[in-house]
Amino acid sequence: MYLHQVPTNFFDIFPDDVSLLMVLIDTNPFFWNSINTSLSFSKFISNVLAFLNSILLLNQLNQVVVIATGYNSCDYIFDSSALQNHNQKGESLLQKLEEFVDKDESLCRDDSVDGPGFSLLSGSLSMALCYIQKVFRSGPLHPRPRILCLHGSPDGPGQYVAIMNAIFSAQRSMVPIDSCIIGAQHSAFLQQASYITSGIYLKPQLLDGLFQYLTTVFATDLHSRSFLQLPKPVGVDFRAACFCHKNTIDMGYICSVCLSIFCKHHKKCSTCGSVFGQAQTQDSSTPDRKRKTSVDN
Amino acid sequence: MADGQVMKRAKYKSSVKDPGVPGVLKMTRERFVFMPNDPNSSRKLNVEFRTIKGHKFTKEGSSRQALLNLTQEHGGNYILEFDSFADRDICREFVAAAIAFHGETGKATSEKPAAPLQGEQLSTAEMEHRIKLLQEDNELQMLHKQFVIGGILTEAEFWATRKKLLDQNDRRMPKQHVALKNEMWSVKPLSDGQSNRVTFNLTPEIILQIFAEKPAVRQAYLKCVPIKMSEKEFWTKYSRAEYLHSTKNVVAAAAEAAEDEELAIFLKQDDMLANEARRKIRRVDPTLDMEADVGDDYLHLLDHGLLREESKDVLDSQYEPYRRYFSQDLNQHAAVVLQGRVVDVELGDTRSVAEALARTKQAELANEASEGNSEIDLSHRISRIAEMDDLQGPRDPAVAHLCIKDPGDYFDSQQANALKALGDTGSGVKTLKCNVSPLEAYGSLRELVSEIRVRGLSEPITNPEVAFTVLSGLTQNISSTKYHLGKNPHESVLDSLPKVTREDLLHHWTSIQELLKHFWSSYPITTKYLYTKVTRLKDALSQVYPKLQEIKESVQSDFRHQVSLLVHPMLQALDAAFAHYDADVQKRSAKNGERTNGFV
Repeated sequence: MYLHQVPTNFFDIFPDDVSLLMVLIDTNPFFWNSINTSLSFSKFISNVLAFLNSILLLNQLNQVVVIATGYNSCDYIFDSSALQNHNQKGESLLQKLEEFVDKDESLCRDDSVDGPGFSLLSGSLSMALCYIQKVFRSGPLHPRPRILCLHGSPDGPGQYVAIMNAIFSAQRSMVPIDSCIIGAQHSAFLQQASYITSGIYLKPQLLDGLFQYLTTVFATDLHSRSFLQLPKPVGVDFRAACFCHKNTIDMGYICSVCLSIFCKHHKKCSTCGSVFGQAQTQDSSTPDRKRKTSVDN
Repeated sequence: MADGQVMKRAKYKSSVKDPGVPGVLKMTRERFVFMPNDPNSSRKLNVEFRTIKGHKFTKEGSSRQALLNLTQEHGGNYILEFDSFADRDICREFVAAAIAFHGETGKATSEKPAAPLQGEQLSTAEMEHRIKLLQEDNELQMLHKQFVIGGILTEAEFWATRKKLLDQNDRRMPKQHVALKNEMWSVKPLSDGQSNRVTFNLTPEIILQIFAEKPAVRQAYLKCVPIKMSEKEFWTKYSRAEYLHSTKNVVAAAAEAAEDEELAIFLKQDDMLANEARRKIRRVDPTLDMEADVGDDYLHLLDHGLLREESKDVLDSQYEPYRRYFSQDLNQHAAVVLQGRVVDVELGDTRSVAEALARTKQAELANEASEGNSEIDLSHRISRIAEMDDLQGPRDPAVAHLCIKDPGDYFDSQQANALKALGDTGSGVKTLKCNVSPLEAYGSLRELVSEIRVRGLSEPITNPEVAFTVLSGLTQNISSTKYHLGKNPHESVLDSLPKVTREDLLHHWTSIQELLKHFWSSYPITTKYLYTKVTRLKDALSQVYPKLQEIKESVQSDFRHQVSLLVHPMLQALDAAFAHYDADVQKRSAKNGERTNGFV
């Protein structure tokens, strides 16, 4: 059995620009249905196909794997290393995509969905990471993997923990997660993902030129990134929001037991039920504010 | 003007080799005059310090002359030899002060910056001190020139805020003590290769060290000298003992010791040291692991694993007392050096040194004895420490039930806030609020997919203009300086600015700080003097204001933002000062309006 190796020195083994690119495309039908822009799903797919072709052209050892992020499920829809017939890449991808859409529809149990809905980003991230782990264990020589998320649906808060786990796992395996946001709003999860794993986060201003964005920024392999300047977001919003009013705050009170955040002094923590001590005046020593006496609840 | 002057005996030489003409050198701030002892000699000097541009001097050393070389602008020089280095140093400092003084006042002869205002008398030393400070610190000098010579601040005001600087220098000297030398075998014999003589050089410094390290020697000295033998004999015997030790011939050492009593003292192990060590060990905290320290004890004769050749030899017990152990010597030496200079006596007189050391040791003993009940103390400590806190068993902490809410709620809210904070402009993507059935949604998706399959990829994949716009937008974004900030910890924004701008900015910072310091310290205005001072300062500040604006405009657009960030606090400070001034003036005029007698 293998011992899991943290690949710290495969950079030395494989110092050049061979890459394994995992592309996660957002196929949430409710999202694609709800946007009203120049970027239709067909245009999007054609841009992505052209981009995948150019990746495969950059280096004959490059590999591309495409995973579709659906509303109810995720699946692999393309694997460049598994293909026998190299002339039919696009065909096979689209075929598989159609099959996936059918399968996804069959799994759908909601009668109607409001707005764009949420896509299963955590699922596809996990699948991508599993594939990457398989590649790591395939031998000493393997290309350097990275993940590209083409995402548009809003962040599903229920997936937060799973996404964070995936992000930390990617960080540990040193797999950068790049994000290209094609939706209307920024994605806090993907911002954090790209920040933590040192990937690139980009929200294109002109979606018409999506292909140009993809080839300029996201086609760069990891070796080249050490000497290329790539766009970085101005900042990642890590500020917390208070539990009581859901406002973003910079300074507040924290329960020492469960670390929930409040903007005003409370007698009792609403999350874990711990009772806080008496509120002291501002001048006295500060730790008293956060003191709590443990109470059987 | 200052009336400080220096008068010393000196010799005036035309060159270093020249024996020199003995005479008297008299220096005042303005000039120095040399009068030879021989009234008939023509080697008189009367030189103004204005013409002297620099001075050179020889380093201290017993074999060197104490020379001072005063150089003139046009290449001429005057070499003066002094009797002692101390004399030379005094003159040197005076000359330095004089030269600096003349260098500074070269231009503004009417405005004498050293002239005290309001009857403040400054001594020469003070003046020299200030001049020296100005010389050493460029920034200070620049500020001084700008404000004092520019007439904005007076000399007294300028130095008033720098009292610490002025005081510091005087006390710099005595704070550091010279420590004992760390060389162990300082008594190095010089052996003459040809004859069989070995020479030992003992300086007072070495003698002090010997007395500090070897109390038996000190005791012997106090006992024998000058009663039984002279000092020279004593040290000869000691040197002989050292020599015998250095030959590592223990048998010979034993033989010689048997003959000579005093030599025996030097050759044997130091009993006093042994007693001291035993005493110290008894005072050690009982929780200290003595096993590890057991090798330091005199009673235990191992060498800590230090390699010595004769450790294999098994000598008779009669030779044991004459062996020296390197580790013991080293420990004792280290202890003495770390203790530092215990006595502060003139090193010249050996006897007094010995006595002083003996007295110190006695005082120590007395102190220890007076800390009487050490036995009781010890037993107390042992009993207290035996129960150590972290060896106690764990006490079960009181447990409270946790009730944790679903984290999804929190992150839901946070996301909304994060997005609000990011200030998304929408970028042309609008979300339709619609309520759609899965059938419709999936159906439309499927259609779109088949559309691509039928149509294939479009040609060109994207509009060239659009692509170009995107590319240029990205490039501009990437090359903007905001991404380079903070990347390199060794680089600061100031370094990336052009040099002139940087110098200007820094200069303005320091000058504004100085002015504001004086400005704010003058409030509340109680006297007329303060009022005029404030007015003066305010004028100076308002002059700086437009200069700052200029700097902001002079940099290229790339850096403009950073520069304005740097300049902003300065402008804010100035604005605050102006606002305060105006408010104060208004208050005063309001108050004056009430008074009828025009009293300011």
